[in-house]
Amino acid sequence: MSAGEIVESFVVPVHPHTVLAPDLNEGWGKLRQAYDDAAQIIKDSEADLLIIYSTTWPSIIGHQLISDPNPEWVMVDHDFHELGSIHYSFNIDAEFAALWDAESKARGLQSRCVNYRGFPIDVGSVVALTLLNPDNKIPAVIVSSNVYADRSETTVLAKACKEIVRKTGRKAVAITAMSLSNRMFTEHIEPENDRIHSLKDDEWNQKILEFLSAGRLEDVGQLSRTIQQQIRVQKVVNFKPMWWLSAMNDNRNDLTGKVLAYEAIHGAGCAVVNLNPAHSGFGDKEYDEDDVEVFSGERGVLDTINTVETDQSDGPALWEPTEAEGSVNTNSAPKPVGAYPHARKVGDLLYLSGVGPRQPGTNEIPGGPIHDSNGNALNYDIKAQTQAVVDNIARILEEAGSSINNVLDVTSFLIDMDRDFKGYNEVWAETLGKVGPTRTTLAIRALPTPIAVEMKVIASI
Amino acid sequence: MYIPSAYDIGNILLACNMAQGEIVAGCLAPHPPHLVYAENPEQNEPVAEGGWEQLRWGYERLRESLKDVDYDAIVILSPHWQTYVGTHFLGLENFQSLSVDPVFPNLFRYHYDMNVDVDLAKQIHDKAHSAGLAVKMMTNPDFRVDYGTITTGHMFRPEWDKPLVVISSNRSRAYYSVEVMQEMMVELGRVTREAIIESGKKVVVLASNSLSHRHFTTESEIPEDMSKEHITSHAMHLWDMRIIDYMKTGQCQRIIDEMPEFTEQAIAETDGGAFTWLLSTLEVPKYPAILHGYGTIIGTGNAIVEWPVYRYKEA
Repeated sequence: MSAGEIVESFVVPVHPHTVLAPDLNEGWGKLRQAYDDAAQIIKDSEADLLIIYSTTWPSIIGHQLISDPNPEWVMVDHDFHELGSIHYSFNIDAEFAALWDAESKARGLQSRCVNYRGFPIDVGSVVALTLLNPDNKIPAVIVSSNVYADRSETTVLAKACKEIVRKTGRKAVAITAMSLSNRMFTEHIEPENDRIHSLKDDEWNQKILEFLSAGRLEDVGQLSRTIQQQIRVQKVVNFKPMWWLSAMNDNRNDLTGKVLAYEAIHGAGCAVVNLNPAHSGFGDKEYDEDDVEVFSGERGVLDTINTVETDQSDGPALWEPTEAEGSVNTNSAPKPVGAYPHARKVGDLLYLSGVGPRQPGTNEIPGGPIHDSNGNALNYDIKAQTQAVVDNIARILEEAGSSINNVLDVTSFLIDMDRDFKGYNEVWAETLGKVGPTRTTLAIRALPTPIAVEMKVIASI
Repeated sequence: MYIPSAYDIGNILLACNMAQGEIVAGCLAPHPPHLVYAENPEQNEPVAEGGWEQLRWGYERLRESLKDVDYDAIVILSPHWQTYVGTHFLGLENFQSLSVDPVFPNLFRYHYDMNVDVDLAKQIHDKAHSAGLAVKMMTNPDFRVDYGTITTGHMFRPEWDKPLVVISSNRSRAYYSVEVMQEMMVELGRVTREAIIESGKKVVVLASNSLSHRHFTTESEIPEDMSKEHITSHAMHLWDMRIIDYMKTGQCQRIIDEMPEFTEQAIAETDGGAFTWLLSTLEVPKYPAILHGYGTIIGTGNAIVEWPVYRYKEA
């Protein structure tokens, strides 16, 4: 299986007029035609997955992913209900959603799948999928736009997605359902009177489209905050889809861009833009923001144990994993505390270095460290630590092209057998215990970092 | 020319008096779906082990307080029917469907069946239109009622035996400012009151909003685990207590005056306009409100408050 890739990207408008009333206004009709052209480009690309980041689905508890394989309902817009109803029945790739969810969690994001009958798919996603995938042949996945997420979190969300695209060998289309300027007229207007709300909004929209048509996606991403301030009504979701779309395209500035249409819908700036990964020859960029792989922002405020961070100032230094023949290393696992790889491949077997619960990127210890920087004992959650160990093992094995189901033998180390064996054993039973490897559990005096459990694993490819 | 007799005049005056509608009570009645989830009504699919009792008991006290008060309809303004093109009103007599909260679908999947007082809705709509506000009746039968309206409706009167008037939240604060939002909501409140009086109906008005509104961005494994529930920050607590103190001491004009600061600094859900609208329908009360309960839900501050108009009318 070859590595997956993003074969096309699109910016598309969210309002229902393109589906329900394209004939009432010439501009709405042009947007509809552009939508139809985009659908043809997608068809020609032989894409096998549509990925939608929708600004009309705000979320609070992290990032939500639709995982109902066939969501069906009738969507009515909260504002433009007089235009009619859109019946939808979508083909969702639930398996991809689950993988993206897991990868997001592995990278420090709060994430969850949503699979409930009657869940209200948002208007932006409904419009985009209805028009871009009219025969429902291409499976899709939809992700929410978290109201509190900033650039780093949104970037990591995209990178998690790209990683799953790569691993699963998919030919994916990345789509942001969004407006440019989003200020609408606050009163009813007749369709023939529709126009961009103000000259200032129009000028900013033109500038954005100038950049996009030149393939300068990352430039638009880096202007997101400015654009939000200049031409965006402060609704619940900011102008963050460009962060997501740019990260889905490796933060490139040399894509091949084409504006298929730009028109007003009730005053808002609406465009259909195609971004193809072919190099356009531009490419200069002034990259002045962090290129984050793992999110390490404020999270876990509910759990006082989990909020205790490891003070690494007194702990061992972190090392880059070493490279040698057969070595397997990943950014999705915590960095080593010495000169060794995460795993090493020999024949059909994988030998993993001792795996603890530290989190990649943040180095935080789920369930809390066993002592503070002064050596004072702390309460910690052995079950949370054990689960984190298993999760780290799974990530390393997946990087090696294996999986948790291929674990053959485990040696576990506990620093307090009397206190922790029961909780450790419970998590084991629910995870590796169901896989069935042989196991040896040892009590030891200490581990290099303030953790309570570590596992040494042998697995098959 | 017809000259009415004294008897006729007496009858006309009596009829006029009978036709006089009134607001019998106004309430701050927040809508986090967690409350319905924790109640385990048969209409909601998920099952909880309780939770958020301080607020649920607050709703119990509110219902008890109003159990002997007679009224014909309930008017709700919900921040979760968000409209950007004016203020909208549900305009069909009945709505039935399944409401799934897009943010907390794990907690709220509620099968609702609610009746609407379309006549009263239309009267408020028409008066608002005459006053220069942008308004629209919502008559699409496929429309799904927002979970804020349903949560407040259920917690306030789980029998669902009174018709509702449901008013959308015009997001004018997003487009302009808190000040402009308040001007519009004060006007909407004024015409709501006028329409109710002219309708001849007795009505309870409900503002369905939280106070401070900064959420946690994580959810505990057991959502109703009350050991994890608290306000997100001390500053939010101070703001909530300040506003509650104003309500309890009849200083509602101060709430209006401080609304811009409160909305900005407490990220308050008053941005949706419901609270200002409520106070306007009550002519900005100078009498003490009854605080039935206060509690937090995923870190947001929520108060259940009643303005017992019926008591002050009697006095």
